[in-house]
Amino acid sequence: MTNLPDDYCSIQISSANETERASQSLWALAWRKLCENRIALAALACLILIVSLTLVAPWIAPYSPTETDYDHLKHPPSSVHWAGTDDLGRDVLSRVLWGGRESLRVGILVVLIGMAGGLVFGFISGYYGGLLDDFIQRIMDVFLAFPPILLMISIVAILGSGLTSVMLAVGIASIPGITRLVRGLVLTTRNELYVEAAHILGVRKWKIMVRHILPNIVSELIVYASLMIGGSIMVTSGLSYLGLGAQPPSPEWGAMLDYGRSYLRDAWWMSVFPGLAIALVVICVNLLGDALRDALDPTIQ
Amino acid sequence: MIKYITRRLILLIPTLLGLILMTFGIFKLTPGDPVAIMLGQSASPEQIALLRERLGLDEPVHIQFVRYTWSVLQGDLGRSIRGGVPVLDAVMDRLPHTLALATTAMVVAVLLGVTTGILAATTRHKWIDNVIMVLSVGNLSVPEYWLSTILILVFGVQLGWIPVLGGTGLKNLILPTFALALGPAAVLTRLTRSTMLEALHTNYVWTAHSKGLAEKIVVLKHVLPNALIPVVTVIGLMFGSMLGGAVFVEAAFNRPGLGTFAVKAITNRDYPQIQGVVIVAALAFVLVNLAVDISYAFLDPRIRYE
Repeated sequence: MTNLPDDYCSIQISSANETERASQSLWALAWRKLCENRIALAALACLILIVSLTLVAPWIAPYSPTETDYDHLKHPPSSVHWAGTDDLGRDVLSRVLWGGRESLRVGILVVLIGMAGGLVFGFISGYYGGLLDDFIQRIMDVFLAFPPILLMISIVAILGSGLTSVMLAVGIASIPGITRLVRGLVLTTRNELYVEAAHILGVRKWKIMVRHILPNIVSELIVYASLMIGGSIMVTSGLSYLGLGAQPPSPEWGAMLDYGRSYLRDAWWMSVFPGLAIALVVICVNLLGDALRDALDPTIQ
Repeated sequence: MIKYITRRLILLIPTLLGLILMTFGIFKLTPGDPVAIMLGQSASPEQIALLRERLGLDEPVHIQFVRYTWSVLQGDLGRSIRGGVPVLDAVMDRLPHTLALATTAMVVAVLLGVTTGILAATTRHKWIDNVIMVLSVGNLSVPEYWLSTILILVFGVQLGWIPVLGGTGLKNLILPTFALALGPAAVLTRLTRSTMLEALHTNYVWTAHSKGLAEKIVVLKHVLPNALIPVVTVIGLMFGSMLGGAVFVEAAFNRPGLGTFAVKAITNRDYPQIQGVVIVAALAFVLVNLAVDISYAFLDPRIRYE
């Protein structure tokens, strides 16, 4: 018994190395499979292009997103204004580039909020079990019994309109689904031999969760997250379109669509280009998510 | 069967309590004084005090909750802050419009999704299949509100075929129906295609083929009924996303309905209206799901014994 700490350390180290090596090979394999999928690569390239264009928008956007030009009101797309100008003479292309920063940032933050909440509740529920698990699951059951849009609307009603409220609302509304997913994954993983071994060796609970269980469920979480980003961007922009999120001067894509509605008859480009941007991003993200799922699914190997 | 239905009805009770707690929370969790927010900045302290009293906000929280639950159970959802119309009446006025839109969209989505799914599966790897699959990926990624905009632009503004905005006649339902149906149709296309492909490679289908049955009969009589079981399940689950999509489509076409009602209520900060629309929409959703589940139990005896 006296040499247990030594043993424990060596086993601990070797098991850590093992998981690292295993996960590396899984990632390497997944990357190789992803590279063989030409559609996925095209989607990835397109996505990288769009994201970097919005990131460098302050330097490459031909005009300011907010500066008005009363000599060029509602100009159709031309060589000067590639995507035309709106009713105040603002350059639509520049606004779409700037707006992407908002829309994409919010879409990704939503997924992070949902993942953070879902991981905490899912781990507590799945790992500790018992009454706590029952309690959390009954609450999630209630939320899952209704369409998410109702929960989002309720949360926006509580927090008031604005892009931050919308982001929180969509993020929180995604927590029940992720909690369910994480709980299921934790439940299947916690009975694995390596977890039991760590448990017997006296590894602390939080360490078992972070070092032993999490790395083994992370690929499923990544797939879920990647498939979720597209929907998040659509819904957050949609709530801005309803006037509940980003407000008019902001070039957020949904808000631009909302603004362009009134000018559908004489300035179609005000509505077409922001929507095209949303659709393009979502198509790329969804294609990539599908490919990731195939690449990371060990049953297909 | 009666036992199954009773069990499902009993399971509704915690869901309903959760729903009431959630809508109660809308009012209680709002930071600041919701009464002051509702009345706006010009309200005098007397007006605020009066409304607080009318809403019973001076009582302890648990009393408020019991009182609220009791009135909701009696069908009293309060009165709107502006205009003082009973919320239940106002919401019930809008509900048929949303249900009509969701129902027609569901019918179109099923017809479109299942037929294109069958077509894609039976022409696997030919150009028809490829075109259908590419279109379905595209459809899944186009938000309803932008699709609505494009439909209005093409059919309303450019071609002038169909009236686009306002109005609640049948003609006004065509474009919103398609705007709402295309996304779910794409989901059904992909699902039908994959379950069809699975069913095409089963022993009973090979048997049917080796008996010399015509391709058409094999597909319609042997493959389809088995392939459609998972599809029917998904159709029930889709109603929720339809409700979500309807919010955006209604806004785009400026149609009366629960979606536009909810958005207006939030913008006006009319809390009784927000609570009312959430309760009614959630209840409609839960009841439709219950009806769908019970009808499955009729169709598939296995479900009853789970």
